[in-house]
Amino acid sequence: MTDKPHLDEEALAELQDVMEDEFEVLIQTYLADSRTRLDSLRQNLEAGDADAFAKTAHSFKGSCINIGAPCLGALCMEAEQAGKAGNLDEAEPIVEAIEVEFSEVTTRLKSFGEST
Amino acid sequence: MSGASSLSPILSNSSASAEADALKVLIAEDSDSDRLILSALVRRLGHQVVEARDGVEAVALFCDQQPDIVLLDALMPRMDGMEAARQIKALAGERLVPLIFLSSLSDASELARCLEAGGDDFLVKPYNRVILEAKINAFNRMRKMHQVLSDQRDQIRRQHEQLVEEQMVARRVFDNVAHTGCLNAPHIRYHASPLSVFNGDVLFAAERPGGGTLIFLGDFTGHGLPAAIGAMPVAEIFYGMATKGFGAADILSEINRKLKKILPVGMFCCGAMLDADFKLGQLRAWNGGLPDGWLVRANGKHLTIPSRHLPLGVQAPDQFQASMTVLPVQPGDQVVIMTDGFSESRNVRGEQFGEAGVHRVLADLEPPKEPFDALMEHIRMFTGKPDAADDLTLCALEIIHHEQLQARNDRAPESALSGPVDWHCVYEVRERTLADFNPLPLLLHICMEVPGLRRKSGEVYTLLSELYNNALEHGVLELPSDWKTSPDGFGHYYKERRRRLAHTNGHYIRFALSHQPTDTGGRLHVVCEDSGQGFDFESYSEKVLDQRLPPGTRYAGRGLELLRRMTRQLRVHGRGNHVEIVYDWESTALADNAPSGHNDTQRIADD
Repeated sequence: MTDKPHLDEEALAELQDVMEDEFEVLIQTYLADSRTRLDSLRQNLEAGDADAFAKTAHSFKGSCINIGAPCLGALCMEAEQAGKAGNLDEAEPIVEAIEVEFSEVTTRLKSFGEST
Repeated sequence: MSGASSLSPILSNSSASAEADALKVLIAEDSDSDRLILSALVRRLGHQVVEARDGVEAVALFCDQQPDIVLLDALMPRMDGMEAARQIKALAGERLVPLIFLSSLSDASELARCLEAGGDDFLVKPYNRVILEAKINAFNRMRKMHQVLSDQRDQIRRQHEQLVEEQMVARRVFDNVAHTGCLNAPHIRYHASPLSVFNGDVLFAAERPGGGTLIFLGDFTGHGLPAAIGAMPVAEIFYGMATKGFGAADILSEINRKLKKILPVGMFCCGAMLDADFKLGQLRAWNGGLPDGWLVRANGKHLTIPSRHLPLGVQAPDQFQASMTVLPVQPGDQVVIMTDGFSESRNVRGEQFGEAGVHRVLADLEPPKEPFDALMEHIRMFTGKPDAADDLTLCALEIIHHEQLQARNDRAPESALSGPVDWHCVYEVRERTLADFNPLPLLLHICMEVPGLRRKSGEVYTLLSELYNNALEHGVLELPSDWKTSPDGFGHYYKERRRRLAHTNGHYIRFALSHQPTDTGGRLHVVCEDSGQGFDFESYSEKVLDQRLPPGTRYAGRGLELLRRMTRQLRVHGRGNHVEIVYDWESTALADNAPSGHNDTQRIADD
């Protein structure tokens, strides 16, 4: 669905520099936030609430872009657009793709933290 | 030493550029990870961070913490960024609090909505450290500049308020100095700004003790305080000397002397003095530097009273020319004087009304329209302003019958303080002094020391001036008063008067004044003698009064009649150059409505 990389290692390195000791806290916070958002996306989808779905996807997108997960961010944007268009029928495969990509990002972020 | 170990977190984190001073930055962002990142970035720039998780918290923290800059996420639970922005801008009031939206919005119209809600800029995710720093610094510069401008504006506003307040106070002081003016008399009409004294214009009017009106219009160079300061002594001199009975020329000389002394070089006062004697039907005018004044006759004819002198405060006292133009006038005539603010009024195209404009208005004047109304109407029409401009003063004096003025002449009674009531004095004016000096103010002053007599200052002045003028003009100078019946003779009379005043050798006028108290007031006894050849006082006045005189002409004979009516006794001794009067006055308020004299000589019917 997207050819963007799973992680933007350059951006992550900069964040590491900025956050110093709090980098690990940031990663954990991001992962916890993202899990909550993923749950919200599922709930919004089941409830058929396109507006809430779009808003959740929007916020999710923002934090993915900031943390340096461009591929996940791009998937969230697709979800946001589907929500805005009121087209939740097409959203199901996107949410599935987000779940897959999120576990990929989780694994890679953990190993990024360990490698540094 | 203990201080050194407790470095503040701001200091320890400050790797920021020297340009940014430590600001308090409010970050409102619902995403925990985004907020963590942004807070870390801002702290690293050396600023203090206040964090909010939604719009409601952001508004509350804004009130509580008074941050310098606000970073605000557009989409937040409870209250979104747009609404929070509106409330924060409203709370900030005049303070400039830069508000930067945080957004991953890519839709241009949504970004525009953020700015419409009061945002000053936006910062797009992912956050870039360099751009964030540049934006905070740029907005901090703007914020500080706004602060400086606001402070300066507030300072200017405060100073302006103070200035206006001071002007009001100064105006009250000025009004106290000038309080005895009679500008509100029905025969005087004027337009002047309430604060005209601060644009350099002054307008004073006083009733002469003998019946008549004195008006001074002045226009100081410059504006504001310097102009107002010059106005104070002018007011004091004018009112002080006018009530003491000094003539217009003496007052002008004194004003000039004072202003020459106190004003810096280059500052002076253009002015005009009108001295209307309604009894004599005579206007004496002086114009030094003001636009042409105008005498508009009741029949519509008009003539100018041009400036023939330098302004006041320019010439040394010995060079100053206080000689006045003397014009015969009749009731219904109008005299108009104005400051150059009038003729220099401009219309929307920047053209001046001009003195020619004034002339046109007066030439087209159709009675009974008064010159004052016509001029004000035209200037309003010309400038297109319903309220005429602040920096012009226009004054019109109507010549009236002197009886109209006398009706209002009795002043409020003064408290009866102790003073001289029983006294006698002789005062003789001799030789050259007859030409140079007017003894009436001095004589009036002596009489006014009697407690309670000041209320009658008008009558006493009239008595003294009738006696003195008869003695001088008909006794010493031997001028025949019937010269004044025609306009030509009028001019001739005053020319001859000036000429003969140069030859007063061997002459004198002697006043012997006595005052004694009575049960109800007092008795003033005046003897006036002169060194002239004398003439048949009684038959002379009879002869004059037998003629049918045109209105507006007033003569020695008429003056004699006036003396008869005002005094208990009038005796003419010898050749008519020794006149004696007895004047009784009452100090009680009861006397106010009684006829002002109880004549036991024969009474000559008037009109």
